[in-house]
Amino acid sequence: MTATHALPPQAAATRNGTPPWPVEKIAVLDLHKSFGSIEVLKGISFTANQGDVVAILGSSGSGKSTLLRCVNFLETPDAGEIIVCGENVRMRRRRDGRQAPADPAQLTRVRTRASMVFQSFNLWPHMTILENVIEAPVHVQRRPRKDCIEEAEALLDKVGLAAKRHEYPAVLSGGQQQRAAIARALASHPEVLLFDEPTSALDPELVGEVLKVMRALAEEGRTMLVVTHEMGFARHVSTRSLFLHQGRVEEEGASAEMFAHPRTDRFRQFIQRSQS
Amino acid sequence: MEKFFSQSQEYLPFLFQGVTYTILVMLCAFALATGLGLILAFMRVSGIVPLAWVARTVIVVVRGIPGLVTLYYIYFVFPDFGIALTAVQAAIIGLGIAYSPYMAEIFRAGIEAIDRGQTEAALSIGMHWGLVMRRVVLPQAVRVALPPYGSTMVMLLKDSSLASTITVADLSLQGKLLASSTFENTTVFTLVALIYLAMSLPLTAFNSWLERKLRRS
Repeated sequence: MTATHALPPQAAATRNGTPPWPVEKIAVLDLHKSFGSIEVLKGISFTANQGDVVAILGSSGSGKSTLLRCVNFLETPDAGEIIVCGENVRMRRRRDGRQAPADPAQLTRVRTRASMVFQSFNLWPHMTILENVIEAPVHVQRRPRKDCIEEAEALLDKVGLAAKRHEYPAVLSGGQQQRAAIARALASHPEVLLFDEPTSALDPELVGEVLKVMRALAEEGRTMLVVTHEMGFARHVSTRSLFLHQGRVEEEGASAEMFAHPRTDRFRQFIQRSQS
Repeated sequence: MEKFFSQSQEYLPFLFQGVTYTILVMLCAFALATGLGLILAFMRVSGIVPLAWVARTVIVVVRGIPGLVTLYYIYFVFPDFGIALTAVQAAIIGLGIAYSPYMAEIFRAGIEAIDRGQTEAALSIGMHWGLVMRRVVLPQAVRVALPPYGSTMVMLLKDSSLASTITVADLSLQGKLLASSTFENTTVFTLVALIYLAMSLPLTAFNSWLERKLRRS
Protein backbone atom coordinates (compact mmCIF):
# COMPACT_ATOMS: atom_id res chain seq x y z
CA MET A 1 0.00 0.00 0.00
CA THR A 2 2.59 2.55 1.07
CA ALA A 3 4.39 2.36 -2.23
CA THR A 4 1.38 3.86 -3.96
CA HIS A 5 1.59 7.05 -1.95
CA ALA A 6 4.17 8.75 -4.09
CA LEU A 7 2.79 12.23 -4.60
CA PRO A 8 3.37 14.69 -7.40
CA PRO A 9 6.09 17.17 -6.36
CA GLN A 10 3.81 20.20 -6.35
CA ALA A 11 1.40 18.49 -3.96
CA ALA A 12 4.17 17.37 -1.64
CA ALA A 13 5.72 20.82 -1.54
CA THR A 14 2.56 22.45 -0.19
CA ARG A 15 2.14 19.87 2.50
CA ASN A 16 4.23 21.40 5.27
CA GLY A 17 2.92 20.76 8.72
CA THR A 18 1.60 17.28 8.00
CA PRO A 19 3.60 14.33 9.23
CA PRO A 20 5.73 12.50 6.67
CA TRP A 21 4.12 9.17 7.53
CA PRO A 22 0.69 8.30 6.12
CA VAL A 23 -2.30 9.21 8.29
CA GLU A 24 -5.31 7.12 7.41
CA LYS A 25 -8.46 9.19 6.83
CA ILE A 26 -10.85 6.73 5.23
CA ALA A 27 -10.75 2.97 5.45
CA VAL A 28 -13.38 0.77 3.86
CA LEU A 29 -13.25 -2.94 4.61
CA ASP A 30 -15.18 -5.57 2.68
CA LEU A 31 -18.16 -3.32 1.98
CA HIS A 32 -21.34 -4.93 0.70
CA LYS A 33 -24.50 -3.17 -0.43
CA SER A 34 -27.59 -4.45 -2.22
CA PHE A 35 -30.66 -2.68 -3.51
CA GLY A 36 -33.39 -5.29 -3.45
CA SER A 37 -31.97 -8.38 -5.14
CA ILE A 38 -29.23 -6.47 -6.98
CA GLU A 39 -25.88 -6.52 -5.24
CA VAL A 40 -24.23 -3.23 -6.15
CA LEU A 41 -21.09 -3.49 -3.99
CA LYS A 42 -19.59 -6.94 -3.64
CA GLY A 43 -16.88 -6.54 -1.07
CA ILE A 44 -14.98 -3.30 -1.61
CA SER A 45 -11.88 -2.46 0.41
CA PHE A 46 -9.65 0.58 0.11
CA THR A 47 -7.98 3.22 2.20
CA ALA A 48 -7.29 6.90 1.67
CA ASN A 49 -4.56 8.65 3.61
CA GLN A 50 -4.27 12.30 4.44
CA GLY A 51 -3.54 14.27 1.29
CA ASP A 52 -4.70 11.55 -1.07
CA VAL A 53 -6.88 12.61 -3.94
CA VAL A 54 -8.57 9.38 -4.94
CA ALA A 55 -10.41 9.26 -8.26
CA ILE A 56 -13.13 6.63 -8.19
CA LEU A 57 -13.69 5.51 -11.76
CA GLY A 58 -15.92 3.04 -13.52
CA SER A 59 -18.71 2.83 -16.05
CA SER A 60 -22.26 3.58 -14.94
CA GLY A 61 -23.65 0.85 -12.74
CA SER A 62 -20.23 -0.07 -11.41
CA GLY A 63 -21.25 1.09 -7.92
CA LYS A 64 -18.93 4.07 -7.61
CA SER A 65 -21.58 6.57 -6.48
CA THR A 66 -23.03 4.04 -4.06
CA LEU A 67 -19.57 3.52 -2.59
CA LEU A 68 -19.13 7.25 -2.02
CA ARG A 69 -22.60 7.61 -0.55
CA CYS A 70 -21.82 4.80 1.88
CA VAL A 71 -18.80 6.72 3.18
CA ASN A 72 -21.16 9.57 4.16
CA PHE A 73 -23.87 7.09 5.26
CA LEU A 74 -26.46 8.44 2.86
CA GLU A 75 -26.62 4.74 2.01
CA THR A 76 -26.30 2.27 4.82
CA PRO A 77 -23.99 -0.62 4.02
CA ASP A 78 -25.32 -4.17 4.46
CA ALA A 79 -21.99 -5.49 5.69
CA GLY A 80 -18.42 -4.33 6.11
CA GLU A 81 -16.73 -1.58 8.02
CA ILE A 82 -16.25 2.09 7.29
CA ILE A 83 -13.67 3.97 9.33
CA VAL A 84 -13.76 7.74 8.94
CA CYS A 85 -10.89 9.68 10.53
CA GLY A 86 -10.15 6.83 12.89
CA GLU A 87 -13.74 6.32 13.96
CA ASN A 88 -15.32 3.00 13.20
CA VAL A 89 -18.98 3.80 12.67
CA ARG A 90 -21.00 1.45 14.86
CA MET A 91 -24.00 -0.20 13.32
CA ARG A 92 -27.04 -1.84 14.83
CA ARG A 93 -29.37 -4.36 13.30
CA ARG A 94 -32.93 -3.18 12.82
CA ARG A 95 -35.92 -5.42 13.28
CA ASP A 96 -36.27 -5.91 9.52
CA GLY A 97 -32.73 -7.30 9.44
CA ARG A 98 -31.07 -4.31 7.78
CA GLN A 99 -28.32 -2.29 9.38
CA ALA A 100 -28.59 1.27 10.62
CA PRO A 101 -26.06 3.57 12.29
CA ALA A 102 -26.25 2.90 16.03
CA ASP A 103 -25.21 6.25 17.44
CA PRO A 104 -26.73 9.47 16.00
CA ALA A 105 -24.09 11.64 17.71
CA GLN A 106 -21.33 9.62 16.10
CA LEU A 107 -23.08 9.81 12.74
CA THR A 108 -23.25 13.60 12.97
CA ARG A 109 -19.57 13.73 13.94
CA VAL A 110 -18.51 11.54 11.05
CA ARG A 111 -20.68 13.40 8.52
CA THR A 112 -19.21 16.71 9.63
CA ARG A 113 -15.70 15.37 9.02
CA ALA A 114 -16.47 14.09 5.55
CA SER A 115 -18.43 16.69 3.55
CA MET A 116 -20.20 15.83 0.35
CA VAL A 117 -20.53 17.70 -2.94
CA PHE A 118 -23.36 16.42 -5.12
CA GLN A 119 -23.85 16.01 -8.83
CA SER A 120 -26.94 18.23 -8.80
CA PHE A 121 -25.45 20.78 -6.32
CA ASN A 122 -28.45 20.53 -3.96
CA LEU A 123 -28.09 24.07 -2.73
CA TRP A 124 -31.07 25.12 -0.63
CA PRO A 125 -33.11 27.43 -2.85
CA HIS A 126 -34.78 29.36 -0.01
CA MET A 127 -31.45 30.55 1.37
CA THR A 128 -28.94 32.96 -0.11
CA ILE A 129 -25.51 31.64 -1.07
CA LEU A 130 -24.03 32.98 2.17
CA GLU A 131 -26.83 31.41 4.21
CA ASN A 132 -26.22 28.10 2.47
CA VAL A 133 -22.56 28.24 3.45
CA ILE A 134 -23.06 29.20 7.10
CA GLU A 135 -25.88 26.69 7.68
CA ALA A 136 -23.71 23.81 8.88
CA PRO A 137 -21.31 25.76 11.11
CA VAL A 138 -24.11 27.82 12.68
CA HIS A 139 -26.84 25.21 13.09
CA VAL A 140 -24.97 21.92 13.33
CA GLN A 141 -21.65 22.89 14.88
CA ARG A 142 -23.13 25.87 16.75
CA ARG A 143 -20.17 28.15 16.23
CA PRO A 144 -20.65 31.93 16.68
CA ARG A 145 -22.55 33.33 13.71
CA LYS A 146 -20.23 36.29 13.26
CA ASP A 147 -17.15 34.08 12.90
CA CYS A 148 -18.99 31.81 10.50
CA ILE A 149 -19.98 34.72 8.27
CA GLU A 150 -16.40 36.00 8.13
CA GLU A 151 -15.14 32.56 7.31
CA ALA A 152 -17.87 31.94 4.74
CA GLU A 153 -17.03 35.17 2.97
CA ALA A 154 -13.40 34.11 2.77
CA LEU A 155 -14.48 30.72 1.37
CA LEU A 156 -16.76 32.33 -1.21
CA ASP A 157 -13.93 34.63 -2.19
CA LYS A 158 -11.75 31.58 -2.66
CA VAL A 159 -14.21 29.95 -5.07
CA GLY A 160 -14.69 33.30 -6.84
CA LEU A 161 -18.23 34.01 -5.66
CA ALA A 162 -17.75 36.82 -3.15
CA ALA A 163 -19.94 39.13 -5.24
CA LYS A 164 -22.80 36.60 -5.34
CA ARG A 165 -23.07 35.97 -1.61
CA HIS A 166 -26.46 37.66 -1.20
CA GLU A 167 -27.98 36.07 -4.32
CA TYR A 168 -30.28 33.06 -4.30
CA PRO A 169 -29.07 29.87 -5.97
CA ALA A 170 -31.68 30.08 -8.75
CA VAL A 171 -29.98 33.10 -10.36
CA LEU A 172 -26.56 31.41 -10.51
CA SER A 173 -25.20 29.32 -13.37
CA GLY A 174 -24.55 25.63 -12.79
CA GLY A 175 -20.82 26.21 -12.44
CA GLN A 176 -21.39 28.96 -9.89
CA GLN A 177 -23.86 26.79 -7.98
CA GLN A 178 -21.38 23.94 -7.80
CA ARG A 179 -18.61 26.26 -6.61
CA ALA A 180 -20.99 27.56 -3.93
CA ALA A 181 -21.73 23.97 -2.97
CA ILE A 182 -17.99 23.36 -2.59
CA ALA A 183 -17.74 26.40 -0.31
CA ARG A 184 -20.66 25.00 1.69
CA ALA A 185 -18.88 21.67 2.02
CA LEU A 186 -15.71 23.40 3.24
CA ALA A 187 -17.52 25.50 5.84
CA SER A 188 -17.73 22.75 8.45
CA HIS A 189 -13.94 22.23 8.41
CA PRO A 190 -14.11 18.71 7.01
CA GLU A 191 -11.07 16.47 7.02
CA VAL A 192 -12.23 14.70 3.88
CA LEU A 193 -14.13 16.00 0.85
CA LEU A 194 -16.41 13.66 -1.07
CA PHE A 195 -17.32 14.60 -4.65
CA ASP A 196 -20.12 12.68 -6.37
CA GLU A 197 -19.74 13.38 -10.10
CA PRO A 198 -19.39 17.11 -9.44
CA THR A 199 -19.22 18.13 -13.09
CA SER A 200 -21.65 15.66 -14.69
CA ALA A 201 -24.66 17.99 -14.54
CA LEU A 202 -22.80 20.96 -15.98
CA ASP A 203 -22.74 22.41 -19.47
CA PRO A 204 -19.37 21.59 -21.04
CA GLU A 205 -18.17 25.20 -20.95
CA LEU A 206 -18.77 25.36 -17.17
CA VAL A 207 -16.84 22.21 -16.25
CA GLY A 208 -13.49 23.98 -16.26
CA GLU A 209 -14.27 26.51 -13.53
CA VAL A 210 -15.34 23.76 -11.13
CA LEU A 211 -12.34 21.56 -11.93
CA LYS A 212 -10.07 24.55 -11.32
CA VAL A 213 -11.44 24.95 -7.80
CA MET A 214 -11.06 21.22 -7.18
CA ARG A 215 -7.50 21.26 -8.44
CA ALA A 216 -6.70 24.15 -6.09
CA LEU A 217 -8.11 22.13 -3.19
CA ALA A 218 -6.02 19.14 -4.20
CA GLU A 219 -2.91 21.30 -4.29
CA GLU A 220 -3.65 22.47 -0.73
CA GLY A 221 -3.16 18.85 0.25
CA ARG A 222 -6.79 18.14 1.08
CA THR A 223 -7.98 14.57 1.27
CA MET A 224 -10.54 14.01 -1.45
CA LEU A 225 -12.56 11.14 -2.85
CA VAL A 226 -13.82 12.04 -6.29
CA VAL A 227 -16.28 10.00 -8.30
CA THR A 228 -15.80 11.37 -11.79
CA HIS A 229 -15.92 10.86 -15.53
CA GLU A 230 -13.31 13.59 -16.04
CA MET A 231 -10.36 11.51 -17.11
CA GLY A 232 -8.10 14.55 -17.25
CA PHE A 233 -8.73 15.18 -13.58
CA ALA A 234 -8.16 11.55 -12.69
CA ARG A 235 -4.94 11.34 -14.66
CA HIS A 236 -3.35 14.67 -13.80
CA VAL A 237 -4.79 15.83 -10.46
CA SER A 238 -5.69 12.72 -8.50
CA THR A 239 -2.88 10.95 -6.73
CA ARG A 240 -4.55 7.56 -6.73
CA SER A 241 -7.29 5.92 -8.73
CA LEU A 242 -9.75 3.21 -7.93
CA PHE A 243 -11.36 1.50 -10.90
CA LEU A 244 -14.60 -0.31 -10.10
CA HIS A 245 -16.25 -2.91 -12.25
CA GLN A 246 -19.55 -4.57 -11.34
CA GLY A 247 -19.22 -3.81 -7.65
CA ARG A 248 -15.60 -4.89 -7.21
CA VAL A 249 -12.27 -3.05 -7.28
CA GLU A 250 -10.83 -4.10 -10.62
CA GLU A 251 -7.66 -2.07 -10.44
CA GLU A 252 -6.13 0.51 -8.11
CA GLY A 253 -2.88 2.33 -7.70
CA ALA A 254 -1.04 5.59 -8.24
CA SER A 255 -2.90 7.46 -10.98
CA ALA A 256 0.16 8.31 -13.10
CA GLU A 257 1.27 4.69 -13.06
CA MET A 258 -2.21 3.30 -13.68
CA PHE A 259 -2.91 5.50 -16.67
CA ALA A 260 0.55 4.95 -18.16
CA HIS A 261 0.51 1.19 -17.66
CA PRO A 262 -2.97 -0.21 -17.09
CA ARG A 263 -2.68 -3.74 -15.74
CA THR A 264 -6.16 -5.01 -16.55
CA ASP A 265 -7.85 -5.21 -19.94
CA ARG A 266 -11.00 -3.68 -18.60
CA PHE A 267 -9.24 -0.54 -17.36
CA ARG A 268 -7.30 -0.26 -20.62
CA GLN A 269 -10.56 -0.42 -22.57
CA PHE A 270 -12.13 2.07 -20.17
CA ILE A 271 -9.35 4.58 -20.82
CA GLN A 272 -9.56 4.06 -24.57
CA ARG A 273 -13.34 4.45 -24.64
CA SER A 274 -13.25 7.67 -22.63
CA GLN A 275 -10.61 9.13 -24.95
CA SER A 276 -12.60 8.59 -28.12
CA MET B 1 -84.71 46.97 -3.72
CA GLU B 2 -85.53 49.77 -1.34
CA LYS B 3 -87.30 47.26 0.87
CA PHE B 4 -84.18 45.12 0.86
CA PHE B 5 -82.02 47.95 2.18
CA SER B 6 -84.42 49.06 4.85
CA GLN B 7 -84.85 45.46 6.06
CA SER B 8 -81.11 44.94 5.95
CA GLN B 9 -80.57 47.77 8.37
CA GLU B 10 -82.94 46.10 10.73
CA TYR B 11 -81.60 42.54 10.34
CA LEU B 12 -77.85 43.06 10.10
CA PRO B 13 -77.14 43.68 13.82
CA PHE B 14 -78.87 40.39 14.62
CA LEU B 15 -76.86 38.55 11.96
CA PHE B 16 -73.57 40.13 13.09
CA GLN B 17 -74.08 38.57 16.51
CA GLY B 18 -73.76 35.26 14.70
CA VAL B 19 -70.67 36.39 12.80
CA THR B 20 -68.71 36.54 16.06
CA TYR B 21 -69.38 32.85 16.68
CA THR B 22 -68.67 31.93 13.08
CA ILE B 23 -65.27 33.61 13.24
CA LEU B 24 -64.50 32.19 16.67
CA VAL B 25 -65.34 28.61 15.65
CA MET B 26 -63.59 28.93 12.32
CA LEU B 27 -60.30 30.37 13.66
CA CYS B 28 -60.02 27.98 16.62
CA ALA B 29 -60.97 24.93 14.54
CA PHE B 30 -58.48 26.01 11.88
CA ALA B 31 -55.68 26.29 14.44
CA LEU B 32 -56.57 22.89 15.89
CA ALA B 33 -56.80 21.25 12.46
CA THR B 34 -53.42 22.73 11.50
CA GLY B 35 -51.78 21.42 14.67
CA LEU B 36 -53.30 17.94 14.39
CA GLY B 37 -52.58 17.88 10.66
CA LEU B 38 -48.90 18.71 11.24
CA ILE B 39 -48.58 15.94 13.82
CA LEU B 40 -50.26 13.40 11.51
CA ALA B 41 -48.12 14.49 8.55
CA PHE B 42 -44.89 14.20 10.57
CA MET B 43 -45.94 10.74 11.75
CA ARG B 44 -46.56 9.68 8.15
CA VAL B 45 -43.21 10.88 6.81
CA SER B 46 -41.21 9.89 9.92
CA GLY B 47 -40.15 6.56 8.43
CA ILE B 48 -41.13 4.89 11.70
CA VAL B 49 -43.51 2.16 10.61
CA PRO B 50 -45.91 2.03 13.61
CA LEU B 51 -46.25 5.83 13.68
CA ALA B 52 -46.91 6.00 9.95
CA TRP B 53 -49.48 3.23 10.25
CA VAL B 54 -51.35 4.95 13.08
CA ALA B 55 -51.40 8.23 11.16
CA ARG B 56 -52.66 6.56 8.00
CA THR B 57 -55.44 4.81 9.91
CA VAL B 58 -56.53 8.01 11.66
CA ILE B 59 -56.60 9.85 8.35
CA VAL B 60 -58.68 7.19 6.61
CA VAL B 61 -61.16 6.80 9.49
CA VAL B 62 -61.70 10.49 10.24
CA ARG B 63 -61.89 11.43 6.58
CA GLY B 64 -64.51 8.75 6.01
CA ILE B 65 -66.92 10.17 8.59
CA PRO B 66 -69.03 13.23 7.74
CA GLY B 67 -68.10 16.32 9.73
CA LEU B 68 -71.72 16.64 10.80
CA VAL B 69 -71.65 13.18 12.37
CA THR B 70 -68.35 13.97 14.11
CA LEU B 71 -70.00 17.04 15.64
CA TYR B 72 -73.06 15.06 16.76
CA TYR B 73 -70.79 12.44 18.23
CA ILE B 74 -68.77 14.90 20.26
CA TYR B 75 -71.75 16.95 21.41
CA PHE B 76 -74.33 14.22 22.01
CA VAL B 77 -72.32 11.04 22.66
CA PHE B 78 -69.34 12.26 24.68
CA PRO B 79 -71.52 13.31 27.63
CA ASP B 80 -72.41 9.61 28.01
CA PHE B 81 -68.71 9.04 28.75
CA GLY B 82 -68.64 11.92 31.21
CA ILE B 83 -67.16 14.47 28.81
CA ALA B 84 -69.62 17.33 28.66
CA LEU B 85 -68.62 20.19 26.38
CA THR B 86 -70.34 23.44 25.55
CA ALA B 87 -71.71 23.71 22.03
CA VAL B 88 -68.92 26.06 20.97
CA GLN B 89 -66.21 23.80 22.43
CA ALA B 90 -67.73 20.77 20.73
CA ALA B 91 -67.94 22.62 17.41
CA ILE B 92 -64.30 23.72 17.57
CA ILE B 93 -63.00 20.30 18.54
CA GLY B 94 -65.27 18.48 16.10
CA LEU B 95 -64.42 20.65 13.10
CA GLY B 96 -60.75 20.68 14.09
CA ILE B 97 -60.67 16.89 14.09
CA ALA B 98 -62.81 16.57 10.96
CA TYR B 99 -60.45 18.84 9.02
CA SER B 100 -57.17 17.44 10.33
CA PRO B 101 -56.89 14.65 7.70
CA TYR B 102 -57.11 17.17 4.86
CA MET B 103 -54.47 19.30 6.54
CA ALA B 104 -52.26 16.25 7.09
CA GLU B 105 -52.45 15.28 3.43
CA ILE B 106 -51.76 18.85 2.29
CA PHE B 107 -48.67 19.03 4.52
CA ARG B 108 -47.49 15.56 3.49
CA ALA B 109 -47.82 16.48 -0.19
CA GLY B 110 -45.77 19.62 0.50
CA ILE B 111 -43.07 17.70 2.35
CA GLU B 112 -42.87 14.92 -0.22
CA ALA B 113 -42.66 17.42 -3.08
CA ILE B 114 -39.26 18.55 -1.85
CA ASP B 115 -36.44 16.97 -3.84
CA ARG B 116 -34.63 14.11 -2.10
CA GLY B 117 -31.32 15.88 -2.81
CA GLN B 118 -32.35 18.73 -0.52
CA THR B 119 -32.69 16.34 2.39
CA GLU B 120 -29.50 14.52 1.48
CA ALA B 121 -27.49 17.73 1.40
CA ALA B 122 -28.82 18.52 4.88
CA LEU B 123 -28.11 15.03 6.22
CA SER B 124 -24.64 15.01 4.68
CA ILE B 125 -23.55 17.97 6.81
CA GLY B 126 -24.68 16.20 9.96
CA MET B 127 -28.20 17.53 10.54
CA HIS B 128 -30.57 15.31 12.47
CA TRP B 129 -34.12 14.66 11.29
CA GLY B 130 -35.74 17.50 13.23
CA LEU B 131 -33.24 20.05 11.99
CA VAL B 132 -33.59 18.85 8.39
CA MET B 133 -37.34 19.38 8.66
CA ARG B 134 -37.14 22.77 10.35
CA ARG B 135 -34.33 24.33 8.35
CA VAL B 136 -34.61 22.76 4.91
CA VAL B 137 -37.83 20.87 4.18
CA LEU B 138 -40.62 22.84 5.88
CA PRO B 139 -39.61 26.31 4.63
CA GLN B 140 -39.85 24.93 1.09
CA ALA B 141 -42.88 22.72 1.73
CA VAL B 142 -44.86 25.75 2.93
CA ARG B 143 -44.74 27.22 -0.55
CA VAL B 144 -46.08 24.05 -2.11
CA ALA B 145 -48.77 23.60 0.52
CA LEU B 146 -50.00 27.17 0.67
CA PRO B 147 -52.56 27.19 -2.20
CA PRO B 148 -54.48 24.08 -1.02
CA TYR B 149 -54.07 25.27 2.59
CA GLY B 150 -55.79 28.53 1.67
CA SER B 151 -58.68 26.73 -0.06
CA THR B 152 -59.15 24.57 3.00
CA MET B 153 -59.32 27.69 5.14
CA VAL B 154 -62.22 28.99 3.05
CA MET B 155 -63.92 25.57 3.11
CA LEU B 156 -63.66 25.53 6.88
CA LEU B 157 -65.18 29.01 7.09
CA LYS B 158 -68.22 27.76 5.19
CA ASP B 159 -68.42 24.43 7.01
CA SER B 160 -68.38 26.25 10.34
CA SER B 161 -72.12 26.57 9.61
CA LEU B 162 -72.35 22.92 10.67
CA ALA B 163 -71.92 24.24 14.21
CA SER B 164 -75.45 25.63 13.96
CA THR B 165 -76.77 22.05 14.04
CA ILE B 166 -75.46 21.64 17.58
CA THR B 167 -77.02 24.92 18.73
CA VAL B 168 -74.06 27.30 18.24
CA ALA B 169 -75.70 30.63 17.42
CA ASP B 170 -73.48 31.33 14.42
CA LEU B 171 -74.33 33.29 11.31
CA SER B 172 -76.30 30.51 9.66
CA LEU B 173 -78.37 29.75 12.78
CA GLN B 174 -79.12 33.44 13.32
CA GLY B 175 -80.20 33.61 9.70
CA LYS B 176 -82.48 30.61 10.06
CA LEU B 177 -84.06 31.99 13.21
CA LEU B 178 -84.56 35.38 11.61
CA ALA B 179 -86.07 33.91 8.46
CA SER B 180 -88.52 31.71 10.34
CA SER B 181 -89.71 34.59 12.48
CA THR B 182 -90.01 37.22 9.73
CA PHE B 183 -90.73 35.01 6.67
CA GLU B 184 -88.43 37.35 4.71
CA ASN B 185 -86.48 34.42 3.32
CA THR B 186 -85.10 36.25 0.30
CA THR B 187 -83.69 39.18 2.21
CA VAL B 188 -82.34 37.16 5.10
CA PHE B 189 -80.60 34.40 3.15
CA THR B 190 -79.22 36.85 0.59
CA LEU B 191 -77.67 38.75 3.47
CA VAL B 192 -76.31 35.55 5.03
CA ALA B 193 -74.76 34.50 1.71
CA LEU B 194 -73.23 37.94 1.19
CA ILE B 195 -71.73 37.99 4.68
CA TYR B 196 -70.11 34.55 4.19
CA LEU B 197 -68.73 35.75 0.86
CA ALA B 198 -67.46 38.94 2.46
CA MET B 199 -65.63 36.91 5.11
CA SER B 200 -64.02 34.60 2.57
CA LEU B 201 -62.63 37.42 0.43
CA PRO B 202 -60.08 38.68 3.00
CA LEU B 203 -58.95 35.09 3.56
CA THR B 204 -58.35 34.62 -0.15
CA ALA B 205 -56.59 37.96 -0.39
CA PHE B 206 -54.39 37.16 2.59
CA ASN B 207 -53.46 33.86 1.04
CA SER B 208 -52.52 35.32 -2.34
CA TRP B 209 -50.47 37.98 -0.58
CA LEU B 210 -48.63 35.29 1.39
CA GLU B 211 -48.01 33.27 -1.77
CA ARG B 212 -46.58 36.30 -3.55
CA LYS B 213 -44.41 37.19 -0.57
CA LEU B 214 -42.95 33.69 -0.35
CA ARG B 215 -42.37 33.43 -4.06
CA ARG B 216 -40.28 36.59 -4.07
CA SER B 217 -37.60 35.19 -1.78
